[in-house]
Amino acid sequence: MTTENTLEHKIAKADYEGKQEYTITVYAENRIGLLNRIAIIFSKRKINIESLNTSPSEIDGIHRFNIVITESYDVVRKLARQIEKQVEVLKVYFNTNDEIIWQELALYKVSTDEIAEKVTVERLLRQYGASAVVIRKDYTVFAVTGHREETDALVKALEPYELIEFVRSARVAIIKDSAGFHEKLKEFEAFEPGEELVENEFLDKGEKIFTM
Amino acid sequence: METAQDTLQTEAKAETKRTFKGTGSQVLLNGLIEEGVTTIFGYPGGAIMPIYDALYDYTDKLQHILVRHEQGGIHAAQGFARASGKVGVCFATSGPGATNLVTGLADAQIDSTPLVCITGQVFAHLLGTDAFQETDVINITTPVTKWNYQVTDAKEIPEVLAKAFYIAKSGRPGPVLIDITKNAQIQIEEFPEYVKCNHIRSYRPKPKVRAEYIEQAAKLINEAKKPFILFGQGVVLGTAEQEFKAFIEKSGIPAAWTIMGEGAIPTSHPLNVGMLGMHGNYGPNVLTNECDVLIAIGMRFDDRVTGRLDKYAKQAKVIHFDIDPAEIDKNVKADVGVWGDCKETLPLLTNLVDEKQHNDWVAKFREYNQKEIDQVITPELYPQGDEMTMGEVLRNINEICGGDAVIVTDVGQHQMVACRYAKFNNTRSNITSGGLGTMGFGLPAAIGAKYGAPNKTVIAIIGDGGFQMTPQELGTIMQFGAAVKILILNNRFLGMVRQWQELFNDKRYSSVNITSPDFVALAKAYYIEADKVEERTNLRTALETMINHEGSYLLEVMVGRENNVFPMVPQGMSVSEIRLK
Repeated sequence: MTTENTLEHKIAKADYEGKQEYTITVYAENRIGLLNRIAIIFSKRKINIESLNTSPSEIDGIHRFNIVITESYDVVRKLARQIEKQVEVLKVYFNTNDEIIWQELALYKVSTDEIAEKVTVERLLRQYGASAVVIRKDYTVFAVTGHREETDALVKALEPYELIEFVRSARVAIIKDSAGFHEKLKEFEAFEPGEELVENEFLDKGEKIFTM
Repeated sequence: METAQDTLQTEAKAETKRTFKGTGSQVLLNGLIEEGVTTIFGYPGGAIMPIYDALYDYTDKLQHILVRHEQGGIHAAQGFARASGKVGVCFATSGPGATNLVTGLADAQIDSTPLVCITGQVFAHLLGTDAFQETDVINITTPVTKWNYQVTDAKEIPEVLAKAFYIAKSGRPGPVLIDITKNAQIQIEEFPEYVKCNHIRSYRPKPKVRAEYIEQAAKLINEAKKPFILFGQGVVLGTAEQEFKAFIEKSGIPAAWTIMGEGAIPTSHPLNVGMLGMHGNYGPNVLTNECDVLIAIGMRFDDRVTGRLDKYAKQAKVIHFDIDPAEIDKNVKADVGVWGDCKETLPLLTNLVDEKQHNDWVAKFREYNQKEIDQVITPELYPQGDEMTMGEVLRNINEICGGDAVIVTDVGQHQMVACRYAKFNNTRSNITSGGLGTMGFGLPAAIGAKYGAPNKTVIAIIGDGGFQMTPQELGTIMQFGAAVKILILNNRFLGMVRQWQELFNDKRYSSVNITSPDFVALAKAYYIEADKVEERTNLRTALETMINHEGSYLLEVMVGRENNVFPMVPQGMSVSEIRLK
């Protein structure tokens, strides 16, 4: 075996067992209590949810959850299957960060005096892609939409200037390689059993999205 | 002018659009009847009173067994479901009534038992006010139910009930709980005709079977030199016993069972090589680590079956058949995972496998079995000492019943001995708390099993510890007369914990020394015939008396105090490190 091969092997193994950020997308019926049913799948295994967003989906009446966790592929796949097993869940996808387009929204409240005196608002707006949502005599609220590093960067930048309040939203994500859920829903509404498959090592799973 | 035919058609239309005007409670009971329910195990209370009031007029169609504790009610419903293959139904009131169901729900969830539990709840306008006997039942039971739902408007009842039955029994079965607020129980509505549910868009009970997976599995099996089948309750739940038998007989592959799968094929079948797991048989455990293809069917690789996972069947290609995709690759990684209902997948597989006999390989199981017979089984079944063993009691039961009895066990040493040595000719005959290991399960489950299989002899084998967890259900037997044969194997210890303390904690017997009341007197206080055996000479006759007795009967057998169950795979060890002593 050449050195190169050994290296490749190690990477493959790390991919499977090494932890990284995954975004889990859940399509589900909008039902009271379902959030709890999903949340306990994580808490039962003592896994912390880093970000959770619930929102409507492209289809009326179907909700979409975006859940972010840092775990290995193996664990995430098991979690996804446990979530999909819930009666009111239609479908679960899980993706690494390079497979999705994602955004988080952050709001920053700072003293207007401080800002006016010590930094120029224009520079901040430009450098961090921030926009001013509210400007009042006593305080100003900025908003930044972007990845974690981008929203974090402005926290750092504002720290010396008395950051009064900071909040960041959950992640919302769009799967790059997805044709939407409309077609899938038709399949679900049909009375026949589904065509999906459980993947195994024997069959080629070279798709860009890992489905169950 | 209206013709005769028109009139007929109008009448036919009216016939198909039968509506029902009444209370939520009545429509609930109508729905239960539509679902084929005949027996309900339950206990009334404030928040479920309207349902019980309605039940007063349904006693000709619905038999209500008044248990003595809600835990007894749900275990009875489990026993009923396991023995009959139908959905078990139980009622409980709000608050403590509902929380008393939790152990049974957890047990039914982990052992995939179809149940529909109905709980009463305080009036909807009182929800969240900490009203009398209010408990957040939905949130408490979420982790231990396949599905649950709170009804606050009677109009929802028929649809929710239909969904509940469909969810409970389809796919991988499980317990469902419906919590109904009191206002919904008394609300009067005009209800449409009851329609059974057969589709929920977000729910996939089973997939379309994919031929390529069956082909992959068949290829591995046909190339295998030392294939080995592990089967679990999935075969029973899928009513695929015949399909399974056809598969093993054509392929000639030896098959071993998990305790939940026991009885899916008769004990005496030549390819039935015995029990898996911690107290399973010697051959199946050791040879798990020698086989070249491991075929798991409707089982979930519980840790009590696999022992140490990183030393489990590493040499083998693994094929895993399961209806629940979350089980495939969960504990043991499958080389081929076949997701589907084994009632459908097994016949397809049988078609593709070669007709074969693996004589040398099967002989290997026999070799190991002989060792086990010599060192463990014979001394257990035919003991030389004065003390009686649990095994010899089981041997006598086998001789008397010939394998036709339904045997319900509790949890502990007696459970392992019963699973190891009881003979079964029929499926749905071994009823035990497998995944959860619920002490106190045995007596109430046996009551339910008797209602589920009224024509069979039902024997509840229970330890002295487990019996003292739910003895109140003797009252249920007294009142309703379920002819359950209760066999207490009394070793005056919490035997399994004591065995572990002996083997792994230097014999530091910590809180395992349990005393018992006079069980015979206790049974007699409930007007149940009873006897006690302390010497071997009386054992056979006493067992025969118990089994031939017409009604319920309790027999206490004093067995050796410090007998251990062997073989044993110590926790954290590999299955091939199984100990014979």
